[in-house]
Amino acid sequence: MKPLKSSLSNMILALLAVAVLSAAALGYVYQITKEPIARAKDKKTLDAVREVVGNFDNNPFAERTEITTPDGKYKLEVYPARENGLLTSFAVKTFSDNGFGGRIELIVGMWMDGTIIGYKVIEQKETPGLGTKITEKKFAGQFTGLNAYDDISLKKDGGTIDAITGATISSRAVIDAVKKVLSTYRKFNTGATGHE
Amino acid sequence: MSITMIFITAIFVNNIVLSQFLGICPFLGVSKKISTALGMGLAVMFVMTISSIATYLIYYRLLVPYHLEFMNTVVFILVIAALVQMVEIILKKTSPALYQALGIYLPLITTNCTVLGVAILAVQKGFSLSLSVCFGLANAAGFTLAIILMAGLRERIAQNADALPASVRGAPIVLITAALLSMAFMGFSGIGN
Amino acid sequence: MSSTSFSNLTRGIVRENPVFVMMLGMCPTLGVTTSLENALGMGTATAFTLILSNSVISLVKNLIPSMVRIPCYIVLIATIVSIIDMLMAARLPALHETLGIYIPLIVVNCIILGRAEAFASKNNLFQSVLDALGMGIGFTLALALLGSVREIIGAGSLLGYNFIGEEGTPVLLFIMPPGAFLALAGLIMLFNRLRGANK
Repeated sequence: MKPLKSSLSNMILALLAVAVLSAAALGYVYQITKEPIARAKDKKTLDAVREVVGNFDNNPFAERTEITTPDGKYKLEVYPARENGLLTSFAVKTFSDNGFGGRIELIVGMWMDGTIIGYKVIEQKETPGLGTKITEKKFAGQFTGLNAYDDISLKKDGGTIDAITGATISSRAVIDAVKKVLSTYRKFNTGATGHE
Repeated sequence: MSITMIFITAIFVNNIVLSQFLGICPFLGVSKKISTALGMGLAVMFVMTISSIATYLIYYRLLVPYHLEFMNTVVFILVIAALVQMVEIILKKTSPALYQALGIYLPLITTNCTVLGVAILAVQKGFSLSLSVCFGLANAAGFTLAIILMAGLRERIAQNADALPASVRGAPIVLITAALLSMAFMGFSGIGN
Repeated sequence: MSSTSFSNLTRGIVRENPVFVMMLGMCPTLGVTTSLENALGMGTATAFTLILSNSVISLVKNLIPSMVRIPCYIVLIATIVSIIDMLMAARLPALHETLGIYIPLIVVNCIILGRAEAFASKNNLFQSVLDALGMGIGFTLALALLGSVREIIGAGSLLGYNFIGEEGTPVLLFIMPPGAFLALAGLIMLFNRLRGANK
């Protein structure tokens, strides 16, 4: 078979056919992958929440709510963890734009009394091998057991947290993100078990 | 994000060539002489600014209303290819002088992944029209700066080519130069914190 | 296998290796090779695209008038890449996130359009698939080699398995941008040296 001639009608037909085929194929794949892609995105957050809250038998992700930080600037997502209907702990998605490589996002888990269980990094673009150590236990573990009413800052800023060597900016960014959660907790915590 | 920050970030801190690795092919291929590097850089700036406007309008006025966001790669590359052709034809008719200067670089731009990359990034970051245009222009300026610096270094190296060991000649010395340039730009990282 | 088929398959692996010899597709080569895992992911995605695009184009080559050949090829390639992009987001979300912007940019990887124009538009389906397979393997191997060198030197690990221990200090530079240029320069130098020694 000889290639089709480059006449105007042939060219328009070929371009149209290719465009229609392409749109049809893409539309079909989009339809079948829409659900799984959305689920994969949720799963990442849910996995992180699971690691930083106490026992639960509900779906913290489905029960998520939004709260506003005290300065009224940001909205944070809260994931409540309940066991037998009782609120045991909760996780908050927070962030800081002061990372070395831009925004970092954390999920911070807390007991009801304001004690930090831990945090999990879900988004960061820090320098590999330096700033990325914010995901490691050696740094992250220092937050476990601290309370919402403690002053949380780096040792060189007069606090108790050891900064990551060579990555002070990343370390401060994590503290900035965690502090957003703590100040919000303090605002809402009026009673003994407060946060609801 | 303020406009000044977009420019500083795109040109120095996150240079599109030296730290994001987009547009490496023209960066290595068209950087033998400062004059050609400058021509390529200007052509990219020209096309990237226009394509930022075009892709923004098409994405938000056409793809989003009809829920066709998943077609963005296909549509963007077509728009860019068509745009490059159009710019070439219009320049040829209206401004022969400019066409003389930029003409031969225009067809090469379709395969320059910075243009498509920047269009996709601007959409991902959810920039407004004016920010998208600044983002396009700033990244193109970053590209131009990188390719001109590179060409300057390569001209100097070419003058002393005899001093190079045989196995370093050609691609390796170009890559080593790029590495040094990239290291120099690492000094800018963290600005803006 | 006939000798042409064999040479079509092996051409891309060594003799015309897209990265080390032709210097094509440099953006992903430098951008995603911070670890062996990323390199293999990117290499496989590109190889897949290449096999699909070469097959489709060799099948429809006679139905497309030559003057609109390039725009048609670009649309076909962009469609294939978008499909792979969506499938990866659904099935391999972690890898999809690390490779990020480089997945849609497979569209402008010169290897894909280059092979479509130089080979698939002139050869039958079987030979085009062989050519794509060879080029895909050559590209993946080159990326894997670069990814291994950078991960071993720059992170002290391979495929995530750390062998220098908690206190070891790797040469971080190698997983940062300048390290990509340096590692590739070193590898090409070595290749030139070996080829020179063979002469």
